[in-house]
Amino acid sequence: MAFCMNADVTFAQVRTNGRLMVETDTIETRLRALMLAALDGDAAAYRTLLAELSRHLRPYFTRRLHAAHSSHAEDLVQETLLAVHTRRMTYDRDRPFTAWLHAVAHHKFVDHIRRHAIRPTVQLDDDAPIFARDESEDTAARMDIETVLQTVSPRTGALIRQVRVEGASIAEAAKTVGMTETAAKVSIHRGLKALTARFSGGRDDR
Amino acid sequence: MTDDLIARLSMDLRPVRRGVMWQLLIGALVAGGIVAAIAMYMMLGLREDIATAPTTMMFWTKSFYTFALAVLGFCATIVLARPDGRTRWPWIVALGLAVLLGVGAVAQLMIMPADQTMHLVVGGSSLVCPWYIVGLSLPVLAGVMLVLRRMAPANATLAGFAAGLFAGGAGAWVYSFHCGENGMMFLMLWYTLGILVVAALGALIGRFALRW
Repeated sequence: MAFCMNADVTFAQVRTNGRLMVETDTIETRLRALMLAALDGDAAAYRTLLAELSRHLRPYFTRRLHAAHSSHAEDLVQETLLAVHTRRMTYDRDRPFTAWLHAVAHHKFVDHIRRHAIRPTVQLDDDAPIFARDESEDTAARMDIETVLQTVSPRTGALIRQVRVEGASIAEAAKTVGMTETAAKVSIHRGLKALTARFSGGRDDR
Repeated sequence: MTDDLIARLSMDLRPVRRGVMWQLLIGALVAGGIVAAIAMYMMLGLREDIATAPTTMMFWTKSFYTFALAVLGFCATIVLARPDGRTRWPWIVALGLAVLLGVGAVAQLMIMPADQTMHLVVGGSSLVCPWYIVGLSLPVLAGVMLVLRRMAPANATLAGFAAGLFAGGAGAWVYSFHCGENGMMFLMLWYTLGILVVAALGALIGRFALRW
């Protein structure tokens, strides 16, 4: 777990360095902005929000129901949208919107399957997100990183990939390229610095 | 179908003010509290020594204890009224207050002469005190439940319990202007009992009334 998180953090960092940064939580940012506008009475934003929510909620509920009950997914989408509407005062403008929506959808799901005595496909306390990560973006970012890393020496590139993307320790990575730990550290540092300089737009010194 | 719903809902959109949950809950408290205060004044009356009572520490202890429980109940209610609301500190602080009061009550019993014990623990109204508190809390509880029905508690029973602590504290605070008892142990036992009955009632009502 610590490994993955480490890799994620570094990912963002490498992307920032390479000016390839994609906003990490675009869905949250966009939906929250729509919700805030809706709370102030913007009907067009509200309509967009509800339409987008229904697109996310449909697969979320379908995944949780056996094929035999998949017809309930549409009911659940509507019940959730209705709850979003009637309970919207309970959204705290200073907190993440997706967390609030997830709580509403989860509540509606539990309530619905209890009333209809349906067996869900997942545990009720399972916390799978409605807004699953868009993995295509990760792949794209990985390819970007590969492109970027080709501009430094292969050994430095391998070190950066292992330590900052894959989450290996510096000692492990140093061993695979046959360097001492200190030399590896310096090499990674210099490599990242060179990449930053090359890809940070304004300070282009090629 | 869903598109129709979305169209209808967005036509029905009205702006939501900031802090509207706060306003609704406080509004329910004030409305219910006024009814409780009038009922207390008409049916029970202020304590006879109301002019001099505010100079005693016991008057303020009662006032503070009940008011603090109401505030803690409010803090728990407003968080638990949200679908993603979780909170624990109000319970811990409330328990801490009760323990503190218990320690003070024991100290008071040890300082005072032994023949005062019955007076300080049972007093003259221990059989009716919890029930008056429940009665005076009902208007507040009804008001808070009504506004909570428009909100979205993830756990209806727990939110109802919080609302009961809120209403019970408020009702007990109103009652403290009638009650002439001077024992901390009396406060600790009978007031707490009355407030807990209201909280349990809130949990029971909430379980059914706060589902959404």
